Amino acid sequence: MDLSTSYLGFRLKNPVVASASPLSRTVEGVRQLADAGVGAVVLSSLFEEVLEAEARRHGALVEAGSERFAESLTYFPEAALADAAPRRYLSLIERASSAVAIPVIASLNAVTPAGWTTYARQMQDAGAVAIELNFLPSLPVEDEVSGRVIEERQLEALRLVKAVVSVPVAVKMNPCYSAAGEMARRFAAAGADGLVLFNRFLCPDIDPQALAVVPSGGLSSPADGRLPRAWIALLRRRLTISLAASSGVEGPDDVAKHLLAGSDVVMTASALLRHGPEYAQVLLGGLCAWMASKGFSRLEELRGLLAAEAR
Amino acid sequence: MRATVDGNEAAVTVAYHTNEICAIFPITPASPMAELADTWSASGRPNIYGSVPTVVEMQSEGGAAGALHGALQGGALSTTFTASQGLLLMIPDMYKIAGELTPTVFHVAARSLAAQGLSIFGDHQDVMAVRQTGFALLGSSSVQEAHDLAAVAQAATLRARVPFVHFFDGFRTSHELNTIELLSEDDLLTLVPEELVRAHRARALSPEHALIRGTSQNPDVYFQARETVNPFYAQVPALVEQSMEALAERCGRRYHIVDYAGHPEAERVAIAMGSGAETLRETVAYLAARGERVGAVTVRLYRPFPGEALLGVLPQTVRRIAVLDRTKEPGSFGEPLFLDVLGVVAEASTRNERVAMPEVIGGRYGLSSKEFTPAMAAGIFAELATARPRRRFTVGITDDVSGTSIPYGALDIEPAETLRAVFFGRGADGTVGANKNTIKILGTRRYAQGYFVYDSKKSGSETVSHLRFGPRPIKAPYLVEKAGFVGCHHFGLLGRQEVLARAAPGAAVLLNCSQPPERVWETLARSIQERILEKGLSLWVIDANRIARELGLGERINTILQACFFSISGVLEAGEALDRMKEAIRKTYGRRGTKVVEANLSAVDRAVEQLARVEIPDEATSTFELPPLVPDSAPQFVKAVTAVMMAGRGDELPVSALPPDGSWPSGTAAYEKRNISDLVADWDAQACIQCGNCSFVCPHSVLRAKFYDRRRLADAPPGFRSAPLNARGLPDTRYTLQVSVEDCTGCALCVEACPVTAPKDPTRRAINLTWRDDVVAAERRNAAFFETLPDAERPRVDFGTVRGTQFLTPLFEFSGACAGCGETPYLKLVSQLFGDRAVIANATGCSSIYGGNLPTTPWTTDAAGRGPAWSNSLFEDNAEFGLGLRLAADHHGARARARLAELKDQLGPELVSAILEAPQRSESELAAQRERLAEVRQRLLALSIPAAIELQSLLEYLLRRSIWIVGGDGWAYDIGSGGLDHVLASGRDVNVLVLDTEVYSNTGGQASKATPLGAVAKFAAAGKAVEKKDLALQAIAYGSVYVARVAMGADPQQTLRAFREAESFDGPSLIIAYSHCIAHGIDMRDGLDQQHRAVASGSWPLLRYDPLLRANGENPFLLDSPRPRIPLEDYTSRELRYSMLATSDPAEAERLAALARDAVRLRWETYEEMATRPAHRFPADARKER
Repeated sequence: MDLSTSYLGFRLKNPVVASASPLSRTVEGVRQLADAGVGAVVLSSLFEEVLEAEARRHGALVEAGSERFAESLTYFPEAALADAAPRRYLSLIERASSAVAIPVIASLNAVTPAGWTTYARQMQDAGAVAIELNFLPSLPVEDEVSGRVIEERQLEALRLVKAVVSVPVAVKMNPCYSAAGEMARRFAAAGADGLVLFNRFLCPDIDPQALAVVPSGGLSSPADGRLPRAWIALLRRRLTISLAASSGVEGPDDVAKHLLAGSDVVMTASALLRHGPEYAQVLLGGLCAWMASKGFSRLEELRGLLAAEAR
Repeated sequence: MRATVDGNEAAVTVAYHTNEICAIFPITPASPMAELADTWSASGRPNIYGSVPTVVEMQSEGGAAGALHGALQGGALSTTFTASQGLLLMIPDMYKIAGELTPTVFHVAARSLAAQGLSIFGDHQDVMAVRQTGFALLGSSSVQEAHDLAAVAQAATLRARVPFVHFFDGFRTSHELNTIELLSEDDLLTLVPEELVRAHRARALSPEHALIRGTSQNPDVYFQARETVNPFYAQVPALVEQSMEALAERCGRRYHIVDYAGHPEAERVAIAMGSGAETLRETVAYLAARGERVGAVTVRLYRPFPGEALLGVLPQTVRRIAVLDRTKEPGSFGEPLFLDVLGVVAEASTRNERVAMPEVIGGRYGLSSKEFTPAMAAGIFAELATARPRRRFTVGITDDVSGTSIPYGALDIEPAETLRAVFFGRGADGTVGANKNTIKILGTRRYAQGYFVYDSKKSGSETVSHLRFGPRPIKAPYLVEKAGFVGCHHFGLLGRQEVLARAAPGAAVLLNCSQPPERVWETLARSIQERILEKGLSLWVIDANRIARELGLGERINTILQACFFSISGVLEAGEALDRMKEAIRKTYGRRGTKVVEANLSAVDRAVEQLARVEIPDEATSTFELPPLVPDSAPQFVKAVTAVMMAGRGDELPVSALPPDGSWPSGTAAYEKRNISDLVADWDAQACIQCGNCSFVCPHSVLRAKFYDRRRLADAPPGFRSAPLNARGLPDTRYTLQVSVEDCTGCALCVEACPVTAPKDPTRRAINLTWRDDVVAAERRNAAFFETLPDAERPRVDFGTVRGTQFLTPLFEFSGACAGCGETPYLKLVSQLFGDRAVIANATGCSSIYGGNLPTTPWTTDAAGRGPAWSNSLFEDNAEFGLGLRLAADHHGARARARLAELKDQLGPELVSAILEAPQRSESELAAQRERLAEVRQRLLALSIPAAIELQSLLEYLLRRSIWIVGGDGWAYDIGSGGLDHVLASGRDVNVLVLDTEVYSNTGGQASKATPLGAVAKFAAAGKAVEKKDLALQAIAYGSVYVARVAMGADPQQTLRAFREAESFDGPSLIIAYSHCIAHGIDMRDGLDQQHRAVASGSWPLLRYDPLLRANGENPFLLDSPRPRIPLEDYTSRELRYSMLATSDPAEAERLAALARDAVRLRWETYEEMATRPAHRFPADARKER
């Protein structure tokens, strides 16, 4: 069975891609995913704001006890003092890339123009074969900023990154645009080499017993696959760039459905988190079995079979 | 190249670049030298010969000296950095190193020795204690000299083969920032060329040309062999001179082993070493320019003593000489420099090498960094001009006991071109950091000097920064006395007399104040207004706290006030100054990200906008005065002595005011109401379940609980809070948890420990933080009333529960430990449970500092005047010191029992038997014994026979005495490890409490053998690569030691049980207590939660090992915490000591984290196996019944 596919210009041995998740936060996790047979791995995202917050926190903790008492003017060795450089992330890229044979894609969420360009270039230099721009839905704190402005910011970030890197750049869109289709076109026009549909907004929950806001589990279920699938089916014949489906993958059927809608690859984090990295084998095995039952021998025969007609 | 560095950096820059091995141990004030060397080594910086020096931290200075001796015998260029007690510990090796003619330089930030009290500050007691070892001694008197003479020493030692101590004054020089010229690599290579290195290497021990060193010599040859070195010593002065000349040729700075400055025909001369010599030189220049025939001699090479050179520089006209020693040798004919000078001059005169013998007098000055000023120097010359100068004298103090002190007036010799500024700040506000920044900003344009005075407390500490700027190098190693600019960074500090006292007439005073400018004047106390008017000061104000709050800078008001300084002082043209400041902000804060940079840049702009000058009326208008520092009810000593020290005027106290033997009254911290936190604890009587958790964990003993008869409330002030006591059978009893808000540090550990959530409001607990200003007046009244309520009778208290212990009065209170300290709750618990019969031996470290650093100390007494008797001997000997206390108590106890038995018939056989057989384990048994002893004391009064008189003096030893040996991990795991091991093996009844912060906390976070695998610390910047020593298992191996590992934040009940079992065990006990620490890089509020995580992750398993169980045939090893139930990362990732490695070296962090996980698992498996062994598989306690 030939499961090979193309994504962002790479030839992948199969279409199951591990998307950004805690599994892809460590070299060991990436190795496990590769051993389980996924076609590519997207590393857990680098967030500029998190990086800055960490540096601020480190700075405050270092300052906390210093210059107060004559015997202990500092508490930490200067050599190890933290800064906002993403060394941990770049090291992950370097080590993960050399540890596995499959493509390792970096994921970035920055907030400043300098953040987008600096980190993207550093990611490329560290060995990332591609960069995924992780655009989150806009948060309520920005309720005075118009949708158009936010869209323009994202497009500008994409242009900036494209201008400084030579590796392919994918955009992980969120579904909350007024006109997601138009936005997809504009991303493509701005140079995106691929689109990932969709990012999800992990809303917190409330515990009425504890009277507390608590984090939600955050894993997707098969029903969550419908929205990205619908959009992929709509966009497949209108765009020539790569399309990746994300969300709602629980079993091999979900993989098949996304492929039939027209995705080049199918990304999953939830299923791998729920069942462990080795579950990739189950997905791939199931996909092969289904293909055999339907008489397909190559992935290309079925991809986009049920995509919507181009106008 | 010009640079602004402190003396430590100046010296280590040379030492590091001209050595191959640095063997060190942290000690104030020398630690920064070792830390810099370690930082450079870790970053791969090579020395001038192209290799990267190896820096190794040892277990003590004795160990460092041993390693150094070995490295030197191995032919490596080797050095160390030390001070004080550390240098003393090196003495045995120093004799060896010198005896073997081994070149090395020890760089010493000279410091006081612990005598009647410890002092971290500077004088020459330590270097004078090694003058007999055979080391040459070379002293620097400024930051520039500390740099230059470090190189001279290195060059000379390799040429002479005589080892050197290169010293400079601790703090005054080691910590003074000054603008100096740095030697280049080429300069150093010229001074210390490689052929000297090769010659040294050629003398290494080597099997290729084998020989032996370190023989045992007998009466036949030892003496002669000892005399063989004389020629080597004889040439040292000339070789040092040559090196100094070579330095002068390279860089133009000319020094001599002995230098003279002053009038060419001086009649009066003063002689000194170290920074005092610089003050002397400057004063002499000033006086000589005004026609006085005075001179100053600087002795740089002190050993071998350069008598010839001294005679060479002394003008023949000299009639009187004052020799100044920065040391004290009680009982000697005079201090050492004086004796040397006297001897040299006398010898020359008797041999007719001088025309006339001048009169030589000797004086002491500057002990423990006591100021030595031009006024004092002038005072010495005035003394020399009197008809009969004192033969021995002191200067800088008032000695009303022995009459040694000489008078001096006021003298300002500083050039008008020098801008002098003083800043009063708090540790938390960043004032010192900002001033260091200012020096850097200005250091490239002008010459700068900075010296910083810190507090004796670690929480709410105050700082004073002394800055000077000028067009020429600044040579003024003393505090700024007449400042043209005074920054008072907290309104409350204005009450300190020192603030306006340091202002020169017409100076500008900047005050951080929440009042608008037009209302500031009326908020000032009358005496402050009067001082402002007297001196004609201008007053500027800014509300820096508000700006900082608005910009999200929290307590960090430094940038705002720094901008104001630049605006007012005119040290640079305002526009340029602010531009440079902004440039510095981008550089300093750049690594923290854009938000921090932007906030600080905005702070500069807002500061300039909002800075305002206060209109000062012609006369004082205020009708109120500053409140007294201590209440009128305070004891006389507190009012006469302690309060003066609290006010920052301790320098004014005469000798007679101070105890002669180092014994000070307990409990003085209670009189110092510091009001250091804006937020304080606030009790919710309705929500509270009276569990006692909050007061159990309170590090500062500010939460006290009492129960009392309801009728007592009749006298309570309005607003006094109480609730029905939550206990059966006591219906008319009320409960109050009182907060000492004036002592509260706002650490919030109580809030975190509270298990209650207020109904309807999940954000509130039964104890919360509130604004101090809103409650302080009422709570002061409440606390005073609370004091009048009776303490619980100890036999009525349930000692076995956390809830019960809240009713035991803490005899350790209001210490100056860091807010939220993880150590102090354990000490407070000891004081509550056993304090009225405890003697505490306390190793040097954090606990000896917050426990015994003057002016006020926390160990206190109960209503009957009983409480812990506390003492600190040294860092290294604490276990032995404590054992000695035990031996003495046991000896006295045995003697008392014998006498009591002898007097059985006279005293009553029943009473005597009852005393001798009293079990004394429970509190009621102890109370009963106290009653019996009181009865015996009465009956003894009727007997006048010698045995009765002796027994009177020993009666107290018939009450079971509780000996506690307390210290940190630096002591227990490293420097005191051998002694601790021995004491644990002694079988004696001592209780050892190790406050384990897993790092040297007091000296600033150096790695110890308690530092866990993967944690970052100084000297383990790349992450500690060896697992923490399992001290518990080591002690368990003896079979006769009670051992417990506890973490109050994880299981307070287990902690309590362990403390009680340990104390009651008749033999050695060891408690290893997890103590969260600011050096872990945590928000201290999370300290208890981190303790919980340490235990839950298996990093810190709770255990007890009780030999009594073994004796009863049970398994003595009790594993008190459940199996690890959270990943190790859930504990470690929250602490900077672990997470910083993940940022700096991610791959190594992951590698060490994986090994740490394995280590935790392995240890847990071992413990689990031990917890299931039968008793006979543990060693028996072989001691006889005692």
